[in-house]
Amino acid sequence: MEGKSAVPEIHIKSYFTYVYVWIALLLLLAATIYVARMNFTSFSVLINLLIATVKAGLVLAFFMHMRYEGRFLKGMLLLTLVALTCIIALTFSDVWYR
Amino acid sequence: MQVVEEKRDYTKAKYGMWFFLFTEMLFFGGMFILYSIYRSKYPHDFHLGASQENLLYGSINTAVLLTSSLALAVAVLAVRKGRYRFSIFLQAATVLMGGIFLVIKYLEWSEKISRGIYPNSPVLLRMDVGEIIFFGLYYVMTGIHGLHVFIGMIVISFMVYFTATGDITSENYSKMENTGLYWHFVDIVWIYLFPLFYLIT
Amino acid sequence: MEDTMADESFYREKGFRSWIMSTDHKRIGIQYLGALLSFFSIGVLLGLLIRLNLIAPGLIIGQEAYNQVFSTHGIIMIFLFIIPGIPVAFGNFFLPIMIGARDVAFPRLNRFTWWLYLTGAAIVALSLFIAGGPPDTGWTFYAPYSIRTSANVGLAVFGVFILGFSSILTGINFVTTIHRLRAPGMTWFRLPLFVWTLYATGWVQLLATPVLAITLVFIILGRVFGVGFFDPSRGGDPILYEHLFWTYSHPAVYIMVLPAMGVISEVVPVFARKAIFGYKAVAYSALAIAGVGYFVWGHHMFTSGMSDTARVIFSFISFLVAVPSGIKIFNWVATLYKGSIDMKPPMIFALSFIFLFSIGGLTGLIIGSLAPNLQLHGTYFIVAHFHYVMFGGAGFAILAGLHYWFPKMFGKMYKERPARIGWLILFIGFNLLYFSMFILGYEGMPRRYFDYPPKYFFWHLVSTIGSWILAVGLAIIAWNLIRAVFRGEKAPMDPWGGRTLEWQIPSPPPSENFGEIPVISGEKD
Repeated sequence: MEGKSAVPEIHIKSYFTYVYVWIALLLLLAATIYVARMNFTSFSVLINLLIATVKAGLVLAFFMHMRYEGRFLKGMLLLTLVALTCIIALTFSDVWYR
Repeated sequence: MQVVEEKRDYTKAKYGMWFFLFTEMLFFGGMFILYSIYRSKYPHDFHLGASQENLLYGSINTAVLLTSSLALAVAVLAVRKGRYRFSIFLQAATVLMGGIFLVIKYLEWSEKISRGIYPNSPVLLRMDVGEIIFFGLYYVMTGIHGLHVFIGMIVISFMVYFTATGDITSENYSKMENTGLYWHFVDIVWIYLFPLFYLIT
Repeated sequence: MEDTMADESFYREKGFRSWIMSTDHKRIGIQYLGALLSFFSIGVLLGLLIRLNLIAPGLIIGQEAYNQVFSTHGIIMIFLFIIPGIPVAFGNFFLPIMIGARDVAFPRLNRFTWWLYLTGAAIVALSLFIAGGPPDTGWTFYAPYSIRTSANVGLAVFGVFILGFSSILTGINFVTTIHRLRAPGMTWFRLPLFVWTLYATGWVQLLATPVLAITLVFIILGRVFGVGFFDPSRGGDPILYEHLFWTYSHPAVYIMVLPAMGVISEVVPVFARKAIFGYKAVAYSALAIAGVGYFVWGHHMFTSGMSDTARVIFSFISFLVAVPSGIKIFNWVATLYKGSIDMKPPMIFALSFIFLFSIGGLTGLIIGSLAPNLQLHGTYFIVAHFHYVMFGGAGFAILAGLHYWFPKMFGKMYKERPARIGWLILFIGFNLLYFSMFILGYEGMPRRYFDYPPKYFFWHLVSTIGSWILAVGLAIIAWNLIRAVFRGEKAPMDPWGGRTLEWQIPSPPPSENFGEIPVISGEKD
């Protein structure tokens, strides 16, 4: 029954926290474009996806306040992503070995 | 008992929104499945296709969407702090940035269409099969993402109205927070679409 | 006492508007039930027509019409009846009551799902009647045929998309309700098992249905804009369509069957006069079925040209699903052991569920293993198997639930004798109808065929006669219940001796369920 009786507290209290996250996101954007323009070949795709994941993680953690959520939501988010990964993996078990 | 009942359950609304976002993840997930499989099948064609994308447009759009997310995140915090006018300003700015995103998307699409590249076009059908798939995925994934942006703009416009009329307050902000979650999710989808379509050259 | 209760009943408000705009979960549940049973009747009639054709191919309907009839039968039965099925009717009515809440978490969203459901149904119905003709693809809409055919597949697919959206929102609503609205003291392991299965089902609806949605969008885009994701001449891969489709449609089987198992888990202990054997095992096995069932879709595709590696993996995982399903069966049977069994109508239906579902489940193991599957795939064996699971399983559970909760929903008692007679006729007809199909399939009769060599005639004839008997049984059951709605005797608060919360309040329940939210104490532990 937690959270039912009062307005939940504000976890991020300063506007500037968001601004810092935003600056980090823009720096990562610049980095990902830079990586793509340098010819790293097959690695660059991987690095770009890693950068995208870091960006998505920042948005999730701060803008969407996932950092401050309870175990349940974090767990279900993880479960959803794991489920999607398993679907992709199982589909690849067909496509790769066909 | 009655007293507890009449109090607002903030967690309930938040859970509902997150569950909806989980379904959205799998909805877009279906498209990412197709993308990953076809890319592993036609790496070279995808490479060629991506080199015809306009990196400048794509980069600007990413920056615009990230900035709009910042504006909305701050707008939600502003509502909770009771600074409604500031929040309305930021929400309006978010809608505006969503609009800029769509305009740039429109320019990008019309440039391609003028070159004859769109699904089922004679020019596209003469290309290699992998490129047909690449541009098919490009139009479908950015199109459905654009639709989500458009829906988000409408929803945020309603939030501007609700904040102005006092429906949304620092005590009753669930609508606002959920709108924020949705918008940030749409942002995350774009964060992945950007490298997949513009950067794999 | 009784009279004041009748005044507070949620039926008290009269008039059309008070029903169609109501956000009362009980009224929405009743409306869903009415719609479901209407679509079920149409589906049954189409099924009878299919059977009729098969004893005299060509005399009654033509080949084109036959394709359209079996496709429509499938689409209606699957998407309009059995997938929404138990959650929207019984779940809506009883979930809030069973956890001690006044309504679901989002009552207006609940109302919205009903409108979406009706819209989706109307669009599907429209696709049957406008120019172009009903879909002739079967309910699976396999690409690339579904993208090329001139029938109204686009419209039907759009209708199913909307139905899927309705289903997702119901899932979100139920999961949130179970998390946030349990009465004080209603801990997770005091939840009735029906609620547990609705919880597991809710997650499957949440995480599987969107995959169907995007697949259907691909079909529409393929038809309208020529996006060739599944067209080999444009680099597409038709088998990927099957992957995406079954990624939803196999878990959808558990959307149908899990809540059915929940109904049985309620009925069996009440009429065995015992607490359920292994409560936690039954609860966890619901989650296990939902979880494992998510990753077995490939067993629908063994003959599609999928890789051997994938076939072995999927066959293996499919066998794993049998474990939690088996746990449930054992627990029900163990509950019966040394119980004081009272063969009331709900119990008869529940016991026949256990019997028929076991046949469906065990034949599932036969076709889940690779070698027999290659022989039996695409034959009547499959048709028999899934009718034993869907109708013998989910369908009989709906009948069990209907007879169990009828007094609570309508405040009236039905007559027991006609219910028993109806059950007997239905049970005989059912087994004649579908068991013959196992034999036909084993002998090699392919499914969806309009005509066949004479050697199959005998079992087709038995099957068709079975379909008539089954229809008589259903008619008796329906007549008995409809009669009871208008002329039944007044039902007491707890006619069966049930121990869950819905039996602690008047029949029919008052509009906010509880005068005061109950506090649950740990007698059950």
